[in-house]
Amino acid sequence: MIELTIDNKKVWVEEGTTILKAARNAGVEIPTLCHFELCGMGIESKPGGCRICVVEVEGRRTLAPSCMTEAQHGMVIHTHNTRVLNARTTVLKLIISDHPLDCLVCAKSGQCELQNLAVQFGIRSQPYEGEQSRYRKDTSPSIIRNMDKCIMCRRCEMMCNEVQTVGALAAVNRGFMSVVAPAFEMNLEDSPCTYCGQCVSVCPTGALTEADHTNEVIRALSDPAKTVVVQTAPAVRAALGEEFGLPPGTLVTGKMATALRELGFDYVFDTDFSADLTIMEEGTELLQRLQRHLAGDPDVRLPILTSCCPGWVNFFEHNFPDLLDVPSTAKSPQQMFGAIAKSYFAEKIGVSRKDMIVVSIMPCLAKKYECQRNEFKVDGNPDVDYSISTRELAAFIKQANIDFLNLPDGDFDDPLGESSGAAVIFGNTGGVIEAACRTAYELYTGKTLEKVDFHVLRGMEGIRSATVDFDGLQLNIGIAHGLGNARKLLDEVKAGKSHYHAIEIMACPGGCIGGGGQPFHHGNSEILNKRVAAIYTEDKRKEIRKSHENPSIVRLYGEYLGKPGSHKAHSLLHTEYFPKSNEVWLMSQ
Amino acid sequence: MDGIKTLADLKKKQEEVMSRMSLRDRAENPESLVQVKVAMATCGIASGAKEVMEYFIEELYKRKIDAVVTQTGCMGYCFAEPTVEISLPGREAIVFGYVDTRKADEIIERYIKEGELVDGIIPQNYNTI
Amino acid sequence: MSRYKIHLLVCGGTGCHSSESNLVYEMLRDELERKGLEKDVQVIRTGCFGFCEKGPILKILPDNTFYTQVKPSDAKEIIDEHIIKGRRVYRLLYTDPETEEHVPDSKQMDFYKKQLRIALRNCGTIDPENIDESIARDAYQALGKALTEYTPSETIDLIKRSGLRGRGGAGFPTGLKWEIAAKNNADRKYVVCNADEGDPGAFMDRSILEGDPHSVLEAMAICGYCIGATKGLIYIRAEYPLAIKRLKIAIAQAQEYGLLGEHILGADFSFDVTLRYGAGAFVCGEETALIHSMEGKRGEPSNKPPFPAQSGYLGKPTNVNNVETLANIPAIILKGAEWFSSIGTERSKGTKVFALAGKINNVGLIEVPMGITLREIIYEIGGGVKNGKKFKAVQTGGPSGGCLTEKHLDTPIDYESLTAAGSMMGSGGMIVLDEDDCMVSVAKFYLGFIVDESCGKCAPCRIGNKRLHETLGKITAGKGTQDDIEKLRNLGSVIKDASLCGLGQTSPNPVLSTLDNFMEEYLEHVHDKKCRSGRCRDLLYYVISKEDCIGCMACKRVCPTHAISGEKKEAHVINQDVCIKCGACMEKCQFDAISLMNDYPRVSATAAQTITES
Repeated sequence: MIELTIDNKKVWVEEGTTILKAARNAGVEIPTLCHFELCGMGIESKPGGCRICVVEVEGRRTLAPSCMTEAQHGMVIHTHNTRVLNARTTVLKLIISDHPLDCLVCAKSGQCELQNLAVQFGIRSQPYEGEQSRYRKDTSPSIIRNMDKCIMCRRCEMMCNEVQTVGALAAVNRGFMSVVAPAFEMNLEDSPCTYCGQCVSVCPTGALTEADHTNEVIRALSDPAKTVVVQTAPAVRAALGEEFGLPPGTLVTGKMATALRELGFDYVFDTDFSADLTIMEEGTELLQRLQRHLAGDPDVRLPILTSCCPGWVNFFEHNFPDLLDVPSTAKSPQQMFGAIAKSYFAEKIGVSRKDMIVVSIMPCLAKKYECQRNEFKVDGNPDVDYSISTRELAAFIKQANIDFLNLPDGDFDDPLGESSGAAVIFGNTGGVIEAACRTAYELYTGKTLEKVDFHVLRGMEGIRSATVDFDGLQLNIGIAHGLGNARKLLDEVKAGKSHYHAIEIMACPGGCIGGGGQPFHHGNSEILNKRVAAIYTEDKRKEIRKSHENPSIVRLYGEYLGKPGSHKAHSLLHTEYFPKSNEVWLMSQ
Repeated sequence: MDGIKTLADLKKKQEEVMSRMSLRDRAENPESLVQVKVAMATCGIASGAKEVMEYFIEELYKRKIDAVVTQTGCMGYCFAEPTVEISLPGREAIVFGYVDTRKADEIIERYIKEGELVDGIIPQNYNTI
Repeated sequence: MSRYKIHLLVCGGTGCHSSESNLVYEMLRDELERKGLEKDVQVIRTGCFGFCEKGPILKILPDNTFYTQVKPSDAKEIIDEHIIKGRRVYRLLYTDPETEEHVPDSKQMDFYKKQLRIALRNCGTIDPENIDESIARDAYQALGKALTEYTPSETIDLIKRSGLRGRGGAGFPTGLKWEIAAKNNADRKYVVCNADEGDPGAFMDRSILEGDPHSVLEAMAICGYCIGATKGLIYIRAEYPLAIKRLKIAIAQAQEYGLLGEHILGADFSFDVTLRYGAGAFVCGEETALIHSMEGKRGEPSNKPPFPAQSGYLGKPTNVNNVETLANIPAIILKGAEWFSSIGTERSKGTKVFALAGKINNVGLIEVPMGITLREIIYEIGGGVKNGKKFKAVQTGGPSGGCLTEKHLDTPIDYESLTAAGSMMGSGGMIVLDEDDCMVSVAKFYLGFIVDESCGKCAPCRIGNKRLHETLGKITAGKGTQDDIEKLRNLGSVIKDASLCGLGQTSPNPVLSTLDNFMEEYLEHVHDKKCRSGRCRDLLYYVISKEDCIGCMACKRVCPTHAISGEKKEAHVINQDVCIKCGACMEKCQFDAISLMNDYPRVSATAAQTITES
């Protein structure tokens, strides 16, 4: 322990603690801007660039950035004397002087960390007016980059490179024009971006936002000729409440269903239904591959990789084009839902494909891209028309003047609204593989699984491995969340060193509950933990907890698809992957 | 070329290459050295100044005398060519006339080494450039 | 045995190189061959002599003749006259600007008299492409001495006792730096030579590398021995092709001799050096930015601590020293710490190389003992201000240094005194300004450089310097207010206080030091809309002389903004509020009645009033 003095208070901290944390321990809050940390997940960004958190250390010539200066024994620190406050305010004014003042119409208004600081500092004038750095606006199916609003905090860069190892974003240019952008300032669409949206989830300002598709949804809802069907992903119900001031981890499944109905959706369904369907298809594929492997078939590729996560799919298409036959061919739940809604269900209610609009509410930005992929269209008509994020739904509800907090609980419609607990846990890291185990165990062993909770598969470590006993068959399971962790497991597969039979991968840290479309956690990892807990609670509450026991699923196979893996199931519920070239095309003048 | 494997090798190498450079080192501090200026205008060259200069350069080196040998233009004593001006550190320059290699030997041995005046001194009537 | 009787030293530094010294070298050799003198006369291409103002330089030994501005066509005359006939070519000799006399011997030149050359000891006297010449001049002897006579810690102690401090700018004690790197245990350590010389106008590092590359290689090896590193990296600007070429030759020759490589001089010590090329970003001279650049990352600095000595290149302890610092090391080891520390001031030992530039007679590279005064440098070595103009200021320390004035001329120069005066040592740029220079414009010029070279990582430097530059632009355009001056001061002090790296922390120096020393010029710009030097075009005024104007109306007709009034055959007047300073009137006037003034012509405006009224 070392002793130091912060604002005349004696403070004892472990050696290696930063001044920022030492001050927080002592109850002294130092404002920060670029600093970002997801505690306990090993995710931290502190480039020391914004200089908002500077403090005076006696004996030091210049002010010290508290976020990255280690506390030393005997240090005497002042966090808010005139010198410090003047520097902080001046720097903040400088940052604002290079920032568009269009807060009223900014997607981040109210959630913007720069705006919050300006309020906190009581900024009332702008003495440092001058030229502003301007950049081309970059639109992609999932993410909008408006770099005029970039403050060079570099959080997105850290997320994209260190956590996700995608490498789409990095600082380019020098000096006043420096900005975070894809190489050569090309469009995100032409970069290796996976649309995981983690950059958006950490951006303090409105520089990186989701491509907002709410207006398209409103237009569809107001068209009487259209039957508008909505599906909501598992992780949405565990986070949506946060946008309305509910404590993190509050489940709002019932209120959400009511709200969607009030917004005018004709059928309020659940992506959980198609999550169960995914387990049927993916579980069957796993068992088939496993059995061939056990029978000594040398052509079978193991491990099987889950394919529910579109960010992950983009990632391996970009980075592992030679391993495209390893992931399961099962479509993601969003796309399975769309395919079934626009075939089975449309036929059932006698609506033609073109008159049906399928909207999905997703914790995810990559889903926006996924639903636009050509292989998910029939004659140009997409299985899922629009995907909007949890945040967009919240904004839509507020916009519609719905008193969300006082809504009665509603239910999902039948038949695509019924789901098992196995489907709900898709929202957490490890959930898909746990759900798969519940079904595969029974299918493989022919016995009833008594203990459905596979605690070995749960947790928040980036890479986890567990062995599950399938009545004598030891199944090696790997789990990774965060694409950087996924890369490590994939490198093993590529090198032929992987001992896993099955691997679950989620692009976002924590799984879908930490998705790029979720309410902003502002670096508070406790929020993520609470969402995880909420998802497991929802699972526990469910009567049916195994996908193959979902009666609607059983009926769907009976009435329409035949068996899992059947020809019809294949044509509707499976897909293929495409190598994505990472070649860089430089525009010649 | 052989490698330099020890410090002794390096010192040996240095001695070997030093002589090539000594002219430059000596030029840095000519005041502290013996300066020999050989008049090398047409008249001097015609009467053998070139050989005399060669001789001075070779012999001073052989006899381990730190000296700077330079050529100058005509000193104006065409009657007494080859003429050589010698300045010993701290002493006035002296010009010798009719210098051939034998005379040069004498100048080195007696004047430069011992400081004794030898025959053939021409009274000065000019300033060195 | 035949020996060369005469040595012709031709400067092969970049400055002389670009004024065709290469051709001079070739022509001299050709001419000697034609005359059959190639066995008697040796022509050597050396590094920089420092007297770049008058390049290309040719020095003839043993008589120390110093020829300046030698053209290839002069070669024949030099050989015929000087070499064969022994007559100096007077027109090529250096002429003293004071006495206007020819100075044949470089030792008699004021430029060299006050200099003390340690780092530049071999520049201009040896062929940098021939290791033998370096060896003759004691190259690698210091390494040998350290390896055989001293332990690493004894060597570090010697460097510490010498008082040598970093010559790259900050002046951190070199021995201490080595000691920290030595103490950090790691399986791998690195010695990095910082040759990313980025200050505009500074070229001491380049000159050392071009003129005496072995001194740097040797010092790096000594450092490697001291801190326990076997790998050396030289981070050099790719814009220094000649230095790169000579370094490559030097490394290859040292490797061939076994002076780099395994078991150097029989000791249990191996060391090798490789080159890394920088793309010329100014900030990459900052050691953490340099290291990031070498690692293939964006060239931007990071917070210290951790210092490179703790975690540097590839996360390993790394010692980064500047070229000039390293060039001092062998001399210190051979001549002793006491010798070195006897030179200089209390806290700044040894010498410093400065690049003299600007309005000074002897532009060039000089090495002087610490503690010398600016007056000695400018008036004795530098030969005074050009064209007899009045000295106004000297800008030291590169773009982020400050401007010192008359009152600082007698301050002994060292790290502390320069910082105390609001400037800094920096890498040793020294630019002399005279009465024709506008100090606000000078500050603006440097800020412009900083704005271009800021890496953009931290907000104060990225945005603050931009705003400083814009505000200075406003003032020089005559649109400044008193508020702007206050703004400059506050912004400047915050940028200094809150920026991440040395570049940002010193970037406002040009503004702050001119505010301190030349406030009256700022006030004139802001309040009187006047630039006393006449540099600020927006603060010049076209004025029609009442006496000379005959009222021909020609100017009135060409004025695009109808700013000129006046009746025929009466003196015309320009309305300064309407004038856009296009100059069309002055061009048109055939009577030289229109002139540019740097005082706002209030008087004539009132006069105009009277004229129109009457």
